[in-house]
Parts: sequence; C-alpha cells; structure tokens
Amino acid sequence: MNKIKNLSDLRKIKDDLQNKIKLRENSNSPESVVQIKVGMATSGIASGAKEVMSFLIDELDRRKIDAVVTQVGDMGYCYAEPTIEVKKPGQDPLVFGYVNTEKAKEIIEKYIINGELVEGILPANYQSID
Amino acid sequence: MHLLICGGTGCTASQSLEIVDKFKAELKANNLEDEVQVVKTGCFGFCEKGPIVKVIPDNTFYTEVTPADTAEIVKEHIIKGRKVNRLLYLDPKEKEHVSDSKHMNFYKKQIRIALRNCGFINPENIEEYIARDGYAALGDVLANNNPTATIDIIKKSGLRGRGGGGFPTGMKWEIASKNHADQKYIICNADEGDPGAFMDRSILEGDPHSIIEAMAIGGFCIGATKGLVYIRAEYPLAIHRLQVAIDQAREYGLLGKDILGSGFDFDIDLRYGAGAFVCGEETALIHSMEGQRGEPTFKPPFPAQEGYMKKPSNVNNVETLANIPVIINKGWEWFASIGTEKSKGTKVFALAGQVNNVGLIEVPMGITLREVIFEIGGGIKDGRKFKAVQTGGPSGGCLTEKHLDTPIDYDNLIAAGSMMGSGGMVVMDETSCMVSITKFYLDFTVEESCGKCTPCRVGNKRLHELLDKITQGNGTMEDLEMLRELSHVIKDTALCGLGQTSPNPVLSTIDNFWDEYVAHVVDKKCPAGQCKKLMQYVIDPELCIGCGKCAKDCPVSTIKRTDYIAPGHKLASMEIDQSKCIKCGACQAGCKFNAISVK
Ligand SMILES: Cc1cc2nc3c(=O)[nH]c(=O)nc-3n(C[C@H](O)[C@H](O)[C@H](O)COP(=O)(O)O)c2cc1C
Repeated sequence: MNKIKNLSDLRKIKDDLQNKIKLRENSNSPESVVQIKVGMATSGIASGAKEVMSFLIDELDRRKIDAVVTQVGDMGYCYAEPTIEVKKPGQDPLVFGYVNTEKAKEIIEKYIINGELVEGILPANYQSID
Repeated sequence: MHLLICGGTGCTASQSLEIVDKFKAELKANNLEDEVQVVKTGCFGFCEKGPIVKVIPDNTFYTEVTPADTAEIVKEHIIKGRKVNRLLYLDPKEKEHVSDSKHMNFYKKQIRIALRNCGFINPENIEEYIARDGYAALGDVLANNNPTATIDIIKKSGLRGRGGGGFPTGMKWEIASKNHADQKYIICNADEGDPGAFMDRSILEGDPHSIIEAMAIGGFCIGATKGLVYIRAEYPLAIHRLQVAIDQAREYGLLGKDILGSGFDFDIDLRYGAGAFVCGEETALIHSMEGQRGEPTFKPPFPAQEGYMKKPSNVNNVETLANIPVIINKGWEWFASIGTEKSKGTKVFALAGQVNNVGLIEVPMGITLREVIFEIGGGIKDGRKFKAVQTGGPSGGCLTEKHLDTPIDYDNLIAAGSMMGSGGMVVMDETSCMVSITKFYLDFTVEESCGKCTPCRVGNKRLHELLDKITQGNGTMEDLEMLRELSHVIKDTALCGLGQTSPNPVLSTIDNFWDEYVAHVVDKKCPAGQCKKLMQYVIDPELCIGCGKCAKDCPVSTIKRTDYIAPGHKLASMEIDQSKCIKCGACQAGCKFNAISVK
C-alpha cells in the first residue's frame, strides 16, 4: 500500500472502499433507502423468486441505487407469485405480483427511478411483514 | 449478503472463530464464496447469548450459534431464504422468536456512537474503517490547521470524560495545549480496572482505529507528537488488534511523519499494566508507565502540568476518545443535541446481574434506569422483584426503586448517592443481601488499595471487618454508627480517588437499606436469606414423618430423632442441633416432605 498523501487522496480511497460496507450501512437505516422484500416461502422459491431476487440485487447495484433487498416468508398472495414489496423512502409500500426478471426491470426503471406506476400492483390487503 | 460474526473475547471463547472457518468452507462448497462476505467483527454487546451471527441485509440475529449450525444456516437461510427459527433470539416476555435486531428490545433504545463500528466492521482491516469515514476527522483537523478551533468544537460538544471523573474533555485539552514544553504526551487510559466493566476492551477489540485517530487528533490539538496507550496485559486480544491497527495506520501513512502532508508527526506506543485497579488512576498510571511503583501522588501537579517524564500529558479514557472522530465529523451541535443539560452524548454500560438481557449497551444520557433495566434489560430474571441497581462499581453506590425514573447523567447519579464511574451496572433482585454486597465491594477495595495512605489502607480494612461482623450476626447499633463515621473520615482524608470513593457502597446502602442493616444487627436476621450465620434450618415436627433421610444426608451428623410423634405419623420427628449446623442445605434439598425450611 502506498501512503495516503493528503485529504483528497483519503476521500478518494474512501469512495472506492465505500461499496465494501454499503450493504451494511443501508441495512442499518433501511428507512432511508429503497426497501424491497421478496416473498420466499416454498411456493415463491418454486416460482422463481430466487432468480428475481438475484436479479434485483445485481440490477440495483449496477444502477447505483441504494437499496436493501431482503427475503421474507409467505406474503399471502400465493396465486400471484413471485411477489415483491417495494417501499420507497417516506412512501407506503406497494406489492407487485407475477414478478419475473423482466417485470423486475420494469419496476426498477418506471417505479423506483421515475415514480410511475406499473401494472401488476396487488390490492393492499395486508400489513408490511417483517 | 454479508455474514457478521462476533470476534470479541466472549464469543471467541465459545468457538466463534471456528464458526467463521466453517461458514467459509460451507459457502465454498456451495459456490457462494463470491456472493456472501464473511466478516469477523467486534462485539455486538449481546454477550450472554453469544456467539452471535448477524445476516445482512435482513439483520437476522442468530444467537448461541455453534459450528454445527453453520451448515443449516447456509442451506436454509442463504440458499433457500428461510430463517432458522430455533437460533433466533427468544423474547423473554413475549416468548416469541424475534426475526431481526431491529425488533429486539435490547437494541431499540440504544444509540451507538462510541460503539458505532463494534459488530459492524472487521477491526483488523483499516479499509473497512476508512469506508466508514475513518480518519476523515483527522484529515479535516489537519487540513484546517487550527488546533484552537478544534478544541473549541470539543468544548462546545459538551463531551465529558468517560473514565469516571466526568471532567470536560475540551477544557482538559485546552489546559494541556497551553502548557509549553519540548515534548508533550497524549495518553490513553485502557486500564479498565472496574470489575465487570468491559466497554474499553470491546472498543479496542472492535474499533481500534477510532482510538488511534482520536489520539492523533488530540495530539495535534495539544501539541504532542507522541501517544501512549496504557493497557492491561490481561487484554491480549485488545492488545493484538490495537497493534495490528497501529501497524496498518503506519503503513497507510496515518501515523508517522508528515501525516497527510500536513507536516504533523505523530506515533503511538503501547505500555502494559499488570491489572491493578489503582493503576487506572492517572497519576499512578503515569508512575507505572515510568517504571515506578503504581502508586498515586497528590494533585496538583496535574498530569497536564507535570505528567509522563515530567512533561505535560493529557490522559483520556478509551470511550472518551472513541467519541472524538464522530463529533468532528457530525459537528458539536449534533452531539450536544443528545443527552441532558450537563451531560451530552451517550454512555456505554456493562449491564449485568439479575436481568434477562445482560451485555454491553450504549444509551443516550438522560435515559432512566427503568428503561435500561426493564426495556433494554428485559426485566428481572425468573419473574422476581427488583431490589437495587449498583452503578459506578467499587466507587459507586446502590440505587433503589425510588431512583428508577431519575434520568441517568453524571450529576443526577451523584445526587442520588452513586456515580457514573466507568459504566458498570449490576441489577439485584430480592434475593440479594445488601450488607453482603457491600462487603463484596470492600473485599475488592481492600485487595486493591496500594497501601500508600493510612485512611485507605487501614480504614477500608476496618470497614470490611465491621461488615463482616454484621453478616456474622455479631453487629451492634454502635457498629452501624461507626461504619458511617469511618466512611466519612476515609472519604475526607484518602490520598486518591480510590480511597475517596471506596466508602460509597457503604454509605449508599446504609442510606437506602437502613432497615436491612438493623435486621441483621437487632433481629439477627438476614431478610434476603443470604447470610449463612443468620440462617436456621428448621424441621417442622408436624410435617416430618421421621424417615431419617436428613440425618443420613447431613455431613456433620447434627440431626437427631426426638421423642415426639406427630398425630397420624408412626415415627418420631427429627431435629437439627443448631449449634453444630453448618447450613449446607443438604437436609432441605433431600427432604421429600417439605418439612425443612429456612428461618
Ligand atoms: C482508583 C481509580 C481508578 C481509575 N481507573 C480508571 C480506569 O480504569 N480507566 C480510566 O479511563 N480512568 C480511570 N480512572 C480515572 C482516571 O484517573 C482519569 O480521570 C481518566 O482516565 C481521565 O480520562 P477521561 O477524562 O477521559 O475520563 C480511575 C480513577 C481512580 C481514582
């Protein structure tokens, strides 16, 4: 390692290293970033929730969107699986059904980035689960 | 995903390093080593339920994990996305598993400033510290090149010494900065002699760079180029992590010559202590570092005037220093917005005793004892009743029910007859005898008194003898008066803080538990049933069927048969000869008819 020569050097190194612990920082204060919960009960996994989750993580990372993607148990919408809940900071959560990777991409581009509504929102008949 | 595994002293003692290795192997076997980071961190504070494994980003908090559990966590949680319920924390009140740390009462009221990186970063990796804004405060301070302005920030923040005295840190730095000399020293006090306290150890193990950074900032402010950490040799892991951190900081140019191109030179050395309580007192500490006997000397001169090697020295506690970089980064206004009028920020406490959740907690000043004990601590164990809480260790006192709603800060604790000390907090339930507890603290001070001054050397011994006499059932009312009087004499005349505070446990229990002392002295009874000499095992002749088992169980053959046969029984009942009874309790434990009780 070369010595850090001055403050701007230090800042640059910090920015480069930031990613190493970003996930930990975001999960420390999830309310300040986009929170996505993926329904991961057995039926969800069977219908491809695992792939959707990996896709969301990679895609959000690639687009440098601060987000916490976690898995939860059954969300109670078995008919529409895979399901995901998306909560933007300061907003009420929305639940989307039949999410495959294509749909996930649309949700990121339209809803998360631009705030437009996209098809597939399920009626809010439940409380956000932990 | 990240797996954070506690690598503090407590959890490593229960195999957390094996857990780290097993996780790495399991992940590799499943081709997941690139997707899941395994991080060995410092302490999470929830030591009682360790080893702790935390899963990020969902904050799942697994407790009492064993190496054998790793395969299941990988297979179920990481691959299938299903939490392993049996390893989740079980709420003592609700009797339900709690899904993640955000929902645990233990963490809800905590604000982690000094412990911000403990259980969060790998302490042996400087890059994780830098990623968390590490050394940014030092960078700013050096770039601004205005020590007076920096001292001013610390002054305005309201930070006070966490080592026990509560002296304003900014003011201390200012005094040291104004004393001119060819060499000055900044000294970190990591002696941590208070029995039961382990916050300083946890900070050094979990976030050693924060101390290095703070010492460099302090050094720059007071004009010292040399830092010394006085640490007890009984802390091998903390010493190791600190040394690793110092080496890394040197390698990155954050210690050494011309730090960050500012022209400021600063380096740090370690000095080992043998673990004597009195060596935590700053003058004794300095003598010990100089190779002299670890005995205190009269102040003035204060260390800021004449300290290590007779040079101006600034002594700060580990936890005090851990706050410094954050105050610089976030501003004094932010820090001063937390806490009470005269005590700002947070305090770390080692919560112990008869509460459900024991461990290391960091709470804002001004929180009440009730919140700490009943919310964070989860209430008293086994549904028993709260009796007292001891704060401040051997220098502090015992507080009771009536203090539960007092906001905790330096001044309120002193007004209530105790003190903050270094942050020990021992909760006691109705089965604790306050006279015995007080005797226990005096055991400690008698043992740790350096012997230099008579009030402490002889006075504490006399206090201990009086307490012993009372617990043996030989005390008199005059003894109680004597306890009080002698305590005041010792307080007024002892040379250093050790003797000046050692009678506090006596005075506070006499004030708050007077009736309990009187019960020992006048009624010859220990209400909590702890003082053996004041206990009697008694056989109820009406319940005793005369089977004679107790006589066989008794190791000193003190139980004999009487002539009395209770109505309905065939054999005569048994009786204990009190003059020979050693109160071991074997008879009671063995009696199937509940005929033996303690009076
Ligand atoms: C008997 C005795 C033991 C002490 N032990 C410690 C200790 O273990 N750690 C500590 O930081 N301060 C201890 N102190 C307080 C130190 O003398 C000193 O005030 C403190 O280190 C200053 O740092 P601070 O202003 O940051 O609290 C002790 C004081 C006395 C009288």
